[in-house]
Amino acid sequence: MNWNSPAEFFAMGGYGLYVWGSFGVTLVVMIAEPFLVRHRRSAILRSLRRERIAEELDQQ
Amino acid sequence: MNNKIINWFRYASPQSFYPLAGRMVPWFWALTAAFGVVGLYISFFVAPTDAQQGEGYRIIFIHVPASWMSMFIYCVMAAWAGLGLIFNTRLSGMMASALAPTGALMAFLSLWTGALWGKPMWGAWWVWDARLTSELILFFLYIGFIALQSAIDDPRRADKAGAILALVGVVNIPIIYFSVKWWNTLHQGSTINLTKAPSMAQTMLWGMLLMALCFWMYSIAVALMRARAIILERETHTEWVKQLVEVKS
Repeated sequence: MNWNSPAEFFAMGGYGLYVWGSFGVTLVVMIAEPFLVRHRRSAILRSLRRERIAEELDQQ
Repeated sequence: MNNKIINWFRYASPQSFYPLAGRMVPWFWALTAAFGVVGLYISFFVAPTDAQQGEGYRIIFIHVPASWMSMFIYCVMAAWAGLGLIFNTRLSGMMASALAPTGALMAFLSLWTGALWGKPMWGAWWVWDARLTSELILFFLYIGFIALQSAIDDPRRADKAGAILALVGVVNIPIIYFSVKWWNTLHQGSTINLTKAPSMAQTMLWGMLLMALCFWMYSIAVALMRARAIILERETHTEWVKQLVEVKS
């Protein structure tokens, strides 16, 4: 085990800013990207559903 | 024809690829999480402190996988783009477009984590070193590919223009890879290569490989999700899309 206390873990031997800055931004990117892709999918699905409803109304 | 052989061309059509990709996505997310948890555990709790770089070296556990993926995704993207040019298949262009943003993000992460490593180790966020500059060019190639495609309204023409850009840009990949050999760079040489035994502790190597697998699975999962969205966008007026459960409900 490398760390004796949580404080030591977060300090990263004085490299805290750099280590957590790297891992933090990577985590944010990897959460944001799938979220944006989901958003893109729901946008196209919404417009496809609208189109279907419009077609059904046309046929009536 | 022997009907026992899987017909791979079947999956070259968006209609059959769409549900297949949908079934694969959760599995790739599960693998991403599994490799990520084990990889992070090794990166922080098992791998020892580096003799020269202290704890700051732990950045490489994401820097190296992100850099590998940025180059690998570019090759896959260019291969799909090339297939699209040769066979004129619809899915190829969609796959290339689905990979580009993920590749761009990997290139960004490579540069970002590299800068955060460079500041304490070299004393500079950025230097115009061959490795760093060629990786920056890779990032711009991705951005150029995305911008070019979105500037052309007709998706088929956008695919063709993008494919040529992607294929020409492939020349940059060996430049990045060999830059540390060809030029006298500040960036350190490769820790892992195909001809020599790796020059690092076993546990560090395992942490890096597991994180690389995690990034790999992540890229596949997110690219498949994006490919599905792109298929819906481009196949809007086809009958099969209108018949989909998610559209009908």
